[in-house]
Amino acid sequence: MSAYKIIDHEYDVVVLGAGGSGLRAAVGLSEAGLKTACVSKVFPTRSHTSAAQGGISAALGNMGEDDWRWHMYDTVKGADWLGDQDSIEYLCKEAPAAVLELEKYGVPFSRTEEGKIYQRPFGGMTKNYGNETVQRTCAAADRTGHAILHTLYGQALKHNTEFFIEYFALDLIMKDGACKGIIAWNLNDGTIHRFKSHTTIIATGGYGKVYYSATSAHTCTGDGNAMALRAGLPLQDMEFVQFHPTGIYGHGTLISEGVRGEGGYLVNSKGERFMERYAPKAKDLASRDVVSRSIAVEINEGRGIGKEQDHVHLHIDHLDPKVIDERLPGISEASKLFANVDVTKEPIPVVPTVHYNMGGIPTNYKAEVLTVNGSEKTVPGLMAIGEAACVSVHGANRLGSNSLIDLVVFGRAAAKRAAELVKPGMKHDEIDKNETDRCLDRFDKLRNSEGSNPTSELRLSMQKTMQSKCAVFRSEKTLKEGVNEIRKPYDGMDSLSVKDKSLIFNTDLVETLEFDNLIRQAITTMDSAYHRKESRGAHAREDFPKRDDENYMQHTLSWCNGSKTKINYRPVHRSTLTNDVQYFPPQERVY
Amino acid sequence: MVQLNLPANSKVEKGQYYKDKTGSKNIRKVNVYRWDPSKNENPRLDTYEVDMDNCSSKVLDILNKIKNEIDPSVAYRRSCAHGVCGSCAMNMNGKNGLACTKAHSELDGDIDIYPLPHLKVLKDLIGDLSTLYKQYESVEPWLKTSKINAKENIQSKDDRAKLDGFYECIMCACCSTSCPSYWWNGEKYLGPAVLLQAYRWIIDSRDEDRKERLKKVADELKLYRCHTILNCTNACPKGLNPAKAIAEIKKMLATA
Repeated sequence: MSAYKIIDHEYDVVVLGAGGSGLRAAVGLSEAGLKTACVSKVFPTRSHTSAAQGGISAALGNMGEDDWRWHMYDTVKGADWLGDQDSIEYLCKEAPAAVLELEKYGVPFSRTEEGKIYQRPFGGMTKNYGNETVQRTCAAADRTGHAILHTLYGQALKHNTEFFIEYFALDLIMKDGACKGIIAWNLNDGTIHRFKSHTTIIATGGYGKVYYSATSAHTCTGDGNAMALRAGLPLQDMEFVQFHPTGIYGHGTLISEGVRGEGGYLVNSKGERFMERYAPKAKDLASRDVVSRSIAVEINEGRGIGKEQDHVHLHIDHLDPKVIDERLPGISEASKLFANVDVTKEPIPVVPTVHYNMGGIPTNYKAEVLTVNGSEKTVPGLMAIGEAACVSVHGANRLGSNSLIDLVVFGRAAAKRAAELVKPGMKHDEIDKNETDRCLDRFDKLRNSEGSNPTSELRLSMQKTMQSKCAVFRSEKTLKEGVNEIRKPYDGMDSLSVKDKSLIFNTDLVETLEFDNLIRQAITTMDSAYHRKESRGAHAREDFPKRDDENYMQHTLSWCNGSKTKINYRPVHRSTLTNDVQYFPPQERVY
Repeated sequence: MVQLNLPANSKVEKGQYYKDKTGSKNIRKVNVYRWDPSKNENPRLDTYEVDMDNCSSKVLDILNKIKNEIDPSVAYRRSCAHGVCGSCAMNMNGKNGLACTKAHSELDGDIDIYPLPHLKVLKDLIGDLSTLYKQYESVEPWLKTSKINAKENIQSKDDRAKLDGFYECIMCACCSTSCPSYWWNGEKYLGPAVLLQAYRWIIDSRDEDRKERLKKVADELKLYRCHTILNCTNACPKGLNPAKAIAEIKKMLATA
């Protein structure tokens, strides 16, 4: 191995990732007086939080009566009872204060006539435990994520957070089961950096790019999840992949659920508003898994639109153009750009598209990472937040606008917990040389790959397999094929080809490292899906159409070593955090 | 006559030519600026023959196709692929824009792809935006308010509407790097992107620091290097109007 120049740093806390959750954590840590580094492979405002459109949920009650307990019930039901109710209680109870805090930070929320934060209806969000639609989703037009991300970056600047931008994290540094920091590659000058920290907070987002068609950014490669796997830690509930009902057909660009919140509706080739059949009460505002499955059924039964009958239409042409202009300007622009559609006159062609990973690194509600080794325990020095984490508040299916609130509530919770555990200036342990060598060996081996399989080909093969074998509907047959096929691109890495050997902005190598991260998550996703023989939330098995609480009201844990996985389960938390609310026992889930 | 001496490595040389291997009848030539900091060589313009029958509609699709199928070493930034993250700003046929929203059908002839103008190039199409980011920090882009009550700040719909056309900025730098004044005085003139951001906070009805904010930018170099060339407004891929933001700041200062 060629010698790499290593630069050492010592921080109280390292935050890995600078999207909504990473930035919110960084702000809290700086406020607490902890020496904090925020490491990101992209400039903070390029993070994928910027693509969130519709809004952020919180029972503020600005547009009619609301209660955080109703929000909690909706989230438990949306999660198809796979969420941990202690964490969900925490999320929903803390949500209103978290949104008001964002407003104080300067987020340009849309406003009501009285000048309060505007809230819109969203899928699965109801009044009085499922009775009627409530307006709970706080919005800045249809650019809420962008507005929040830029505002949080401003706050981080205000608090003088130290950023390490365009640094690609390679691995966690572990010692006796505890995390001692990370190793990262500085793309700007090619140097390797070793960050020692008492707490490392993984905030690296989702891994949508394991699929061929996703609303996710190119950079959504779940790097932190893969780092956890390589450190011998499990990922949780990876089989639960959310398909957003309305990605633009052919391109995958997200069309916000806010469109249906503002009155948009779906139709099939017969012009029917088919959601009335699948969800008589909530109709187009049923939860995302329900709407996506309904669209898939319409298409499978020959009522899709277009030459290939492979998509449906989303109408907003009946809405007042002024409303579209004020509340949905971004989706008008996206529809024009990517579907050549004038939304005031024509419907938008849409199809269910991979959008969000409910699964990720298991944590408790304080954002501490969990593992099971005999019994459930926390991993010292390691936290995870945002889409990378599985708290689990979203369970088997996340409700729209619950992700942005997840970012800020648990970003804040992580900072709070870290401030309890770490005192400024505590002494750092020595790091075992083996840990650095192990990490750099992998890096060096990938960099000097001289085989015949370009990364792009292996990635495409992985994406096509995930798309065809682990889609909206799954079965024993597709998953069994998938379990075999998904290992082929992994094995293909034995003869990998990386052309660029340089160290400065070597994006060939970046994409290869990202692929190495993605493929491990693809394997755990496929294997977790194969082993769950029931239908729950986003995991719909044609051969097991019913939910099976007796056997599967449990979180899947999957370890991955090379292409070998180990699957285990841990029970869903069946109690709330406090006596402010009662546990919601499982019910049949109808919208 | 004035003699201009350019540094030796500023000359862009003819690079490699990648002939189509698919046998496509629908070929487009794409010229891409290449420079590798680890080699002591001049920048070059590589030419790729791209099969347009199997390429989606945007310039970023062309670049991805080149990177995936022809030459994995081409370096460029990209992320969201639908015009909200601002990563893939570059110069295409002489005009700045986002590669992910620019349709190649709108470009005539061969396609020339360069990094954003007048930035230090880090590699290929990747420019150094660190100066612009520091300038952004200098306008203190956060809300300043003394209110500490638990409720939200009240803001009327009309006051909120004043932020429209400004808060949407994605900081792609297409505007600033198209501005001749920013080219010459980029270290001192804040440039359209940052002034637009400054204005976004100046006119936020919730902010209590308007006077100070105005005073801070009221500087011969920071603000008044804007000579209303309007390249910025012409370049903005989000349809925003930085020139108007700058004019409004000047007006506020003139009438204060």
